[in-house]
Amino acid sequence: MNEKENKGGNNDEPNKKFSIWDLPDVPMGQLPPHLQLQKTRVVCKADAPIHTDNISYSGAYASIGVDNSVHLDLFRDNFKVNVIRLTKEDMEFDMIGIDPALANAFRRILISEVPTMAIEKVLIAYNTSVVQDEVLAHRLGLVPLKADPRLFEYLSANDTPNEKNTIVFKLHATCKRGERRTVYSEELKWLPKGSELIKEAGQADSKPTTYTSFTCSQDMLPEFSEDPISPSEDKIILAKLGSKQEIELEAHAVKGLGKTHAKWSPVATAWYRMLPEVLLLEDVEDEVAEELVRRCPDKVFDIEDIGHGKKRATVARPRDCRLCRECVRGEGWEERVELRRVKDHFIFTVESTGVLPPEVLFTEAVKILEEKCERVISELS
Amino acid sequence: MEHGSLNDPSKATFSFVDEDHTLANSVRFCLNQDPRVSVCGYSIPHPSDARVNIRIQTTGDPAREVLKDGCQNLMLMCQHVRGALDKAVADFRMDNPTKMETKSDSD
Repeated sequence: MNEKENKGGNNDEPNKKFSIWDLPDVPMGQLPPHLQLQKTRVVCKADAPIHTDNISYSGAYASIGVDNSVHLDLFRDNFKVNVIRLTKEDMEFDMIGIDPALANAFRRILISEVPTMAIEKVLIAYNTSVVQDEVLAHRLGLVPLKADPRLFEYLSANDTPNEKNTIVFKLHATCKRGERRTVYSEELKWLPKGSELIKEAGQADSKPTTYTSFTCSQDMLPEFSEDPISPSEDKIILAKLGSKQEIELEAHAVKGLGKTHAKWSPVATAWYRMLPEVLLLEDVEDEVAEELVRRCPDKVFDIEDIGHGKKRATVARPRDCRLCRECVRGEGWEERVELRRVKDHFIFTVESTGVLPPEVLFTEAVKILEEKCERVISELS
Repeated sequence: MEHGSLNDPSKATFSFVDEDHTLANSVRFCLNQDPRVSVCGYSIPHPSDARVNIRIQTTGDPAREVLKDGCQNLMLMCQHVRGALDKAVADFRMDNPTKMETKSDSD
């Protein structure tokens, strides 16, 4: 076996005076191929996948003399990112050389711990529509807002709402007599100077105060003067009004995390899957090849002609395989096709709701994981 | 919060409040790859409490130092991931400048 020879070779060198630093680096022993398969691939059999666990323990193969520890340099050399698709709203990219623990951590953080702005308090002045107050407020909360949450602070229970932690919107919709109309999210008007509703003051002579205390107008900030805050989609239906019905309200948006309520989640969703690998274990020819191509709903297989009128099946697009297992169902198919997944190659898809572009969202998620580690380190020191 | 023995600093359980699988699994993975660690695992005593217990037993080094190094490694890995992603996005944008505006603006 290879690794034993490597270790044995060093002992056979003649015993003359030399420094151990002159010795060449002992190469990392190689695993025998069946163990390598177990370590790097999940094999998806017709009934259930096997080899699904990740062998990350550094001494896992100590008894055969192979070092399973991974140093940071090795990670840096092996890690690759390839972007497949990038639009303003979603992104698909490959991450190669990373462990599922980290990939899942990024996914969890994207869904629940990247902060966003969403409407939290709705002050309803007048609502004669058929949509009840609380239902309307709930719907308003779920509208995604195109405001960069990094420019705002959190609003805690005893803070006053000011221009640094609140965004104020106004909605005033009426319906003429004899008509019906739909209220869309584009009618939410941003009030950069703060709330306009006047609080009922206790003393008669004090100055009338509103529900927020903005010291300066929010559109003084350069980010907002050319790109005003608005809902990220215009045609979200908020309510439907009948004849002579009216809605007048003011909505305050604050910063929050998806953990508290899903309205603060910046992604429609984010998911990953491992790269599928499809292998033909034996030559699949003629009618069997045609049947194989027919069976697969994702067109993973293709037929190629190899002369003399014979045909053979090849794997053309393994990446499209959705693991429906149609190709291994039934008698005898498991000996012909093997479905596998590569354990450290993740195909991530991030669909943003419009708050931030998806690559910025992912970068924020990674930053949040770094902050968590920093918090742990500072607590330990 | 660390629960360990007074004479043996190489074995300890660390209890993190306000954490869940997100951090604990990543830290556990980083620590397992460290050759100084003989045992590393995490558990969540009750899902309603946001508390995670990470158990570390090392081959001699104090567990606290090994945990700190593990977290440092995790931070460096994250930074590398960020850098690689930024570079990949920049390369993609250079290769496909027209494909960026495929979403039709609804304004």
